[in-house]
Amino acid sequence: MTFELETAAHPENLKRVVIEPVSRVEGHGKVTLLLDADNHVHQARFHIVEFRGFEKFIQGRPFWEVPVIVQRLCGICPVSHNLGAAKAMDMIVGAKLTPTAEKLRRLMHLGQVLQSHALHFYYLASPDLLFGFDSDVAKRNIVGVAAAYPEIARQGVALRKYGQEIIKLTSGKRVHGTGAVPGGVNKNLTLAERYALLKDIDQMIAWSRDAVDLIRKVYCETPDFHNGFGFFKSSFMSLVREDGALDLYHGGLRAKDQNDQIIFDHLDYSHYWDQVHEEVRPWSYMKFPFIRSMGRENGWYRVGPLARVNNCDFIPTPLAEAERKTFKEFGGGMAIQSTLAYHWARMIEMLHCAEGIKELLHDGDLLGDELVTKGERSLRGVGVIEAPRGTLIHHYRINEDELIVRANLIVSTTHNNQAMNEAVRQVALKYLDGNELTEGLLNHIEVAIRAFDPCLSCATHALGKMPLEVELWDAEGKVVDRMERGSAGSCGV
Amino acid sequence: MTAPLLIFAYGNPSRGDDALGPLLIERLEALNPPNVELLTDFQLQVEHAADMLGRERVLFVDASVSCAPPYAFTRLTAAKDTSYTSHAMSPAAVLQAYRELYGEPPPSYLLGVRGHAFELGEPLSAAAASNLESAQALLQKLCASPSHQAWDQFIMPPEKTI
Repeated sequence: MTFELETAAHPENLKRVVIEPVSRVEGHGKVTLLLDADNHVHQARFHIVEFRGFEKFIQGRPFWEVPVIVQRLCGICPVSHNLGAAKAMDMIVGAKLTPTAEKLRRLMHLGQVLQSHALHFYYLASPDLLFGFDSDVAKRNIVGVAAAYPEIARQGVALRKYGQEIIKLTSGKRVHGTGAVPGGVNKNLTLAERYALLKDIDQMIAWSRDAVDLIRKVYCETPDFHNGFGFFKSSFMSLVREDGALDLYHGGLRAKDQNDQIIFDHLDYSHYWDQVHEEVRPWSYMKFPFIRSMGRENGWYRVGPLARVNNCDFIPTPLAEAERKTFKEFGGGMAIQSTLAYHWARMIEMLHCAEGIKELLHDGDLLGDELVTKGERSLRGVGVIEAPRGTLIHHYRINEDELIVRANLIVSTTHNNQAMNEAVRQVALKYLDGNELTEGLLNHIEVAIRAFDPCLSCATHALGKMPLEVELWDAEGKVVDRMERGSAGSCGV
Repeated sequence: MTAPLLIFAYGNPSRGDDALGPLLIERLEALNPPNVELLTDFQLQVEHAADMLGRERVLFVDASVSCAPPYAFTRLTAAKDTSYTSHAMSPAAVLQAYRELYGEPPPSYLLGVRGHAFELGEPLSAAAASNLESAQALLQKLCASPSHQAWDQFIMPPEKTI
């Protein structure tokens, strides 16, 4: 662990390097490094500096509005917020979903994860993986990939479009639809829509397999590099089905420690706070969740594709399960801890989504017309879902007038907060220590952050370049070095 | 069957005059012109290149902050620019992506409708509402014109587009 790099003993004597903005996800992110005179790293922090306050905005709103309102949190995975909030509202209206409603929600969710994973892998991550972290910045983008690897880019575009089509058909719109409502869904699928989706699904499965092959090949060509880049050990947390299977829509919470030992299993998420506590630190607006029984020092964990594939006992679709076994063998039967393994796990999940979509499309329940149910009213609701980036918690309390009086959201990027800090520290120590600042070296930090697919990476990896402004200050507060990378990706000193 | 003409409007309906494109699509939907597919989204992205596959013509519709009122109608050419992001691209960049992915794009045009105020939560401004009426009249003429050669007569000289 490199906790000693979180707070330097004498920051006043150190040079300050600021990477800002790292992103614009729900706002601004930045990285700060404190270096000594020989450019050795003494402190490394990854900050999300924007105050969002969404929990406050929705206080006083009627509960039934919430599944639609919360989608505005994010233009990248609005479906996850729609579903997380709707699951919480199911509890408030006392609903047990009909098979039609649950399967339509699952279909919507698989489409969402498929398109999000495709976006991240092909648009954001593949330029680094295919061209190299130090490659020409002008081609580190999806159009650069299209020029050099047109077939790969075509597949990425088609996979994302297919996922969006599922979202559109199940929720009404590609972005900010209204599919999931308290107690169910507001539309089913027509025969024509089902046929249209079935027409292309085998191709989507085939391309998803190609994507797993591609990332496995890239990873295994230089296993030492990929395993060692931003390496650290942590616990993992995710939902699993009752039988231990990977389940992106519903289940109990499972956490394993860094030695692959169960911390808790099949935890009823409606009492998540029994196990997960959120710590506040003065230098970031983002909270630092940790597992209570392990304490704040040791209880932090990772979520997302790597956590899910490591944590589950099996994946309930055959092709993805075969790939999970290969992944597991690569790790010698233990959880894989490497930061860059997120990409590999993400593509295994994309394949699972494609297979899952095919299974659902053959299920006649999708055409049913019992869409909404309700039961005994409750004043509290908790909804948890495995969003593309990891476990997403929506927790609400309402009053007798059915207005929201309290809300708490723990989004995937928040769960990964400490882990992303850890990755930045590892990379800074290994690649920046004693080096002059170059665009390629800065991109190493971005690559580590990007592997988590935090919401912020979406905006910042634009064109293969996060817009960066880096300043090197001496102990007297004088700027001694400065580098800018503009929105066009050009660098200047 | 893929409609020969795609009209693709983009903009955020919650940001004042940025709603011009989506509003025009709503009006066209009500008129239901034949052989036209109408699509709308918040922003242009790479995958919208795939929406252009199999078309004879493509028309992008967007609110413009700089053209002369009421609108500017121009022919687009594919171009590499600095707009490649995961969030938003220019129409020329989408055409360039199409070229990289699928070959030469179909004849494509941009109708930029002059907007004046783009604040979050604001309604359409009075000036933009007037521009919208003019733009709708042009769109109806374009939908009734049989070919891209016929469309070229509506193209405006550069000085009118600022």
